[in-house]
Amino acid sequence: MNFSKIISPKIAQKIMNVVFIISGAIIILILIFIVGYILFKGIPVINLEFLISNPTNSGKSGGIFPMIVSSLYVTLVAGLIATPLGIGAATYIAEYSKNSRIVGIIRFGSETLASIPSIVFGLFGMVFFVVFLHLGWSILSGGLVLAIMALPTIFQVSEVAISSIPNSYKEGSYGLGATKWQTIYKVILPAAIPGISTGVILGLTRAISEAAAVMYSVGASFQTPISIFDPGRPLPLHLYMLATEGTSLENAYGTATILVILVLIITIVSNYVINRYQNKIMGR
Amino acid sequence: MDDNKVSEFLIEKGLFITTIFFIAIILVIIIFIFKEGYPAISKIGFFNFVFGLKWHPSENEFGVLPMIICSIYVTMLALIMAVPLSLLSVIFMTEIAPDRLRQILKPAIETLSGIPSVVYGFFGLTVLVPFIRETFGGTGFSLFTASLILTVMILPTIISVSQDAIRSVPKEYKEASLSLGATDWQTIKNIIVPAALPGIVTAIILGMGRAIGETLAVMMVAGNVAEIPNSIFEPVRTITSNIALEMGYATNVHYQALFASAIILFLTIIMLLIVANYIQNKYKIDIGSI
Repeated sequence: MNFSKIISPKIAQKIMNVVFIISGAIIILILIFIVGYILFKGIPVINLEFLISNPTNSGKSGGIFPMIVSSLYVTLVAGLIATPLGIGAATYIAEYSKNSRIVGIIRFGSETLASIPSIVFGLFGMVFFVVFLHLGWSILSGGLVLAIMALPTIFQVSEVAISSIPNSYKEGSYGLGATKWQTIYKVILPAAIPGISTGVILGLTRAISEAAAVMYSVGASFQTPISIFDPGRPLPLHLYMLATEGTSLENAYGTATILVILVLIITIVSNYVINRYQNKIMGR
Repeated sequence: MDDNKVSEFLIEKGLFITTIFFIAIILVIIIFIFKEGYPAISKIGFFNFVFGLKWHPSENEFGVLPMIICSIYVTMLALIMAVPLSLLSVIFMTEIAPDRLRQILKPAIETLSGIPSVVYGFFGLTVLVPFIRETFGGTGFSLFTASLILTVMILPTIISVSQDAIRSVPKEYKEASLSLGATDWQTIKNIIVPAALPGIVTAIILGMGRAIGETLAVMMVAGNVAEIPNSIFEPVRTITSNIALEMGYATNVHYQALFASAIILFLTIIMLLIVANYIQNKYKIDIGSI
């Protein structure tokens, strides 16, 4: 480097320290600005009425109750499907599979699934669940698409959590005469629960935030979905439609705020609960 | 005892089936996307489709090149802004920042990655678009606006992956450099970053994948004109936005052409992943060698 001859290492160090601090500060400021702006504009819109009433005038006025229900409903369906599948596959890969080729293929598959653009999932959901399986525009179709999207996150994080359980735990269990499954079920999985829950929560956060993947499978109904075969309109989709159709900026701010608050609550509460559990299991 | 053996066997097979199911999903996705999209490529012709300059579905012209170029521009511009910012802040977080600051930055980045992409798009639409319009002229819906939003969206991806890479550089490297009298910055520049480079490249590739795949946030601020832009303040339409915009009403060849664009996206992402994996495996830091 030429400039290192002109600038002494000590001065270079000082300059870089400032650059580093500025870049860290920029990240924090971006976050504060975005979240702050949305909340600042959205919180005045939110009241009980907004949360529990139906939209009127195609979203121009009224509340977002059906959208909140749709969001929670599709996320629940996604979680119920993706959680057992993800943990099952993670357990198999971490504890049973001895064939490193299969492990490699599964990991690559999971990475692929994690990086497929959400709109491609959207197309797939439409041709496969809505049309091919005749599930129609419904909570079930949307939930299935979101389950597939959440699956790789749940799998990857759970696999790391299960693999990182110390061997001594297993050996202790085997030493007491437990079978492999008993060891997994009673020793390994409970010890890996903090990690597994992190994976499930990350996966479900992805599911609850998604609009592009469900825009062609869940429908866009303003009615509150009751049955799993009813169409719905999850919050992100509602926000997208309000914003791009220029329906109501005010309600869009309100919807965005609810969405941000929902994601924040999920992250904060789950971090807290997972930490508590971890401390308890570690005997702290 | 025998009961135990039977149930152990069944459980193992059950878990195996779960795992196979996982992979089967990917195959089903591939089959269905290709099944719908392939007819378009054979009808339009591969060359006319990928290198065609005009996208006019009503006149039966389906050239996706402008959209491919828009996607590349938007992604590159976002990377140019996001890579330096994220690398500097990763180094700040792992090597320089005091613990207390670290404890603020980590959740901040997690939160950034958790914010739904539509919310980013909405923020872009209500804040950035007017800002760009007033500062630089034009409509405000532009390549530049889209890449600004993407920059923020891919920061967490690049940060978290490159952070792992920098953390996994053996302590001994750093200590050896410091004990030779190098400053922190010299150590970072000459030792830590070169040693972590494969991981950093992987992080950038994953960020690139995320930027290419992002749909609605880009679509809300990019203006969506299917032409190759002449400046960064002109509107653009990415491949992903094109699919989301037109799928609602597309029929016949048009419909198939949108699926064919999804095939292109899919193949691009797979290629990026293969490159990322290759780099990561080939240049793994050999910790045993010290």
